[in-house]
Amino acid sequence: MKSNSRLEAVLAAGKFALTGECGPPRGADPGAVAKKAALLLGSVDAANVTDNQTAVVRMSSMGASLHVKSAGVDPIMQMVCRDRNRIAMQSDILGAASHGISNLLCLSGDHQKFGDHPTAKNVFDLDSIQLIAMVKKMRDEEMFLGGEKIKVAPKLFIGAAENPFAHPLAIRVPRLAKKIAAGADFIQTQCIFNIEQFQKWMKGVTDRGLHEKVFILAGVTPFKSWRAAEYMATKVPGMDVPAALVERMKGAPKEKAKATGVDICVELIEQLREIPGVKGIHLMAIEWEEIVPEIAKRAGLLPRPEVA
Amino acid sequence: MIVAKQKPFETIYGMVAPNKRIMLAGCGSCVTVCFAGGEKEVGILASLLRMRAQKDRKDLDVVEATIKRQCDVEFIDELKPKLDGVEAILSIGCGAGVQYIAERFGKTIVLPGLDTTFLGVTEAMGVWTERCQGCGDCKLHLTAGVCPIARCSKSLLNGPCGGSMNGKCEVSADTPCGWQLIVDRMEALGILDRYEQITPANDWTASRDGGPRRIDREDLHEIK
Repeated sequence: MKSNSRLEAVLAAGKFALTGECGPPRGADPGAVAKKAALLLGSVDAANVTDNQTAVVRMSSMGASLHVKSAGVDPIMQMVCRDRNRIAMQSDILGAASHGISNLLCLSGDHQKFGDHPTAKNVFDLDSIQLIAMVKKMRDEEMFLGGEKIKVAPKLFIGAAENPFAHPLAIRVPRLAKKIAAGADFIQTQCIFNIEQFQKWMKGVTDRGLHEKVFILAGVTPFKSWRAAEYMATKVPGMDVPAALVERMKGAPKEKAKATGVDICVELIEQLREIPGVKGIHLMAIEWEEIVPEIAKRAGLLPRPEVA
Repeated sequence: MIVAKQKPFETIYGMVAPNKRIMLAGCGSCVTVCFAGGEKEVGILASLLRMRAQKDRKDLDVVEATIKRQCDVEFIDELKPKLDGVEAILSIGCGAGVQYIAERFGKTIVLPGLDTTFLGVTEAMGVWTERCQGCGDCKLHLTAGVCPIARCSKSLLNGPCGGSMNGKCEVSADTPCGWQLIVDRMEALGILDRYEQITPANDWTASRDGGPRRIDREDLHEIK
């Protein structure tokens, strides 16, 4: 084992993993994130704690991860390259590891243009692949990026994201290979709605044997309403939502919209489980955490496995 | 070239309004080519300032002067004979020109009439786009001749983020995704396999992060 991560233990034991998501609050309320974690407890193996997602200021990922951990859920601390340089990142990595945070998801980060501080300066000292390589170096070589020895190295299970639907499609598999070569242990994908396109990507992944080198968790998200579906289809960069799904949401009576969203999500999970190389599901029920146990149960993902 | 654009007229007028006599200094290099600060723009802006002052019943004398380059002392010195009674110099050169004029004329206020924007090219008449950020360590040989630092909104060195769609950057539908351009060109050149080489964490010391930069070539010191 590379870390004390529960997620790593589940995946290493060959079990099908389920991760959730806990978005930190826009304030200093410790209860907000603990409440979300409590809704996920027992239904997921670990929960992502986002890092100022969509470039909107929120409680720090590290701070919120500690609340999630206190609530009994294994946090996956997200870290983006937008806001910190390599000095701050390594410092935060040491701080997080010192508190027992065992999973780190390395991301580029949404451009600040989309957030609540569009006039901010961005950093991008490193990109996500360089961040992965840095964390691996810190963990395995026990060295800082600058080359100095680390006294007590951070033991982290290293995650990365991949969007099988973003362009250019020609390098989407090679990009995954780069992340693996840099040191990614697990991958969480962008929300999948277009199963056919995802299968094409996974075929490229398995043809190269990349699924043997990294644990791939397929991302899903339940629609709450047809407007949410349409928003994702048209407004969210890098999202591929087939028109048929938006139509199905649109066709559902208003009082059945949420149930239809859950049905679609469960069906997607069932289809994704059958795709060779998929080792788990990353369920992003954003601001709808209470639905996670129901989706997990209906998808046959409960109870979660016991691991040492 | 260095691409710049004129500040809004009201901003410029607001800067010069406290003065009775100004010099409007143009530059014959980059900003002439991008129609922002050459002799022609000096003439137009000077007329607009005079007309505006007249409308406000204010005295404003505008001395027009365009030199070959505002980034060389020998040309800047050509402005000296015309500076009699000038309270402020409004330069419509790039930021380097504005500052070099200020360094040369220590007792005269120097004002910027342009917003210096980027190192770029003329894509079409009236359209300029960025190509270079002057990072001091050119990597174009690694990226098929398209710069990820200047052309990716996040300056990512190992490939596109998840927001690249239909060749466009997530930041703006008018901005091509820099990595789409790199990948397209790698494909055209038959070198797409190079994409998988990992570019390690960049050394930014040659860029602005290393502090103000200087090039000193001793071999040229003696040349007059």
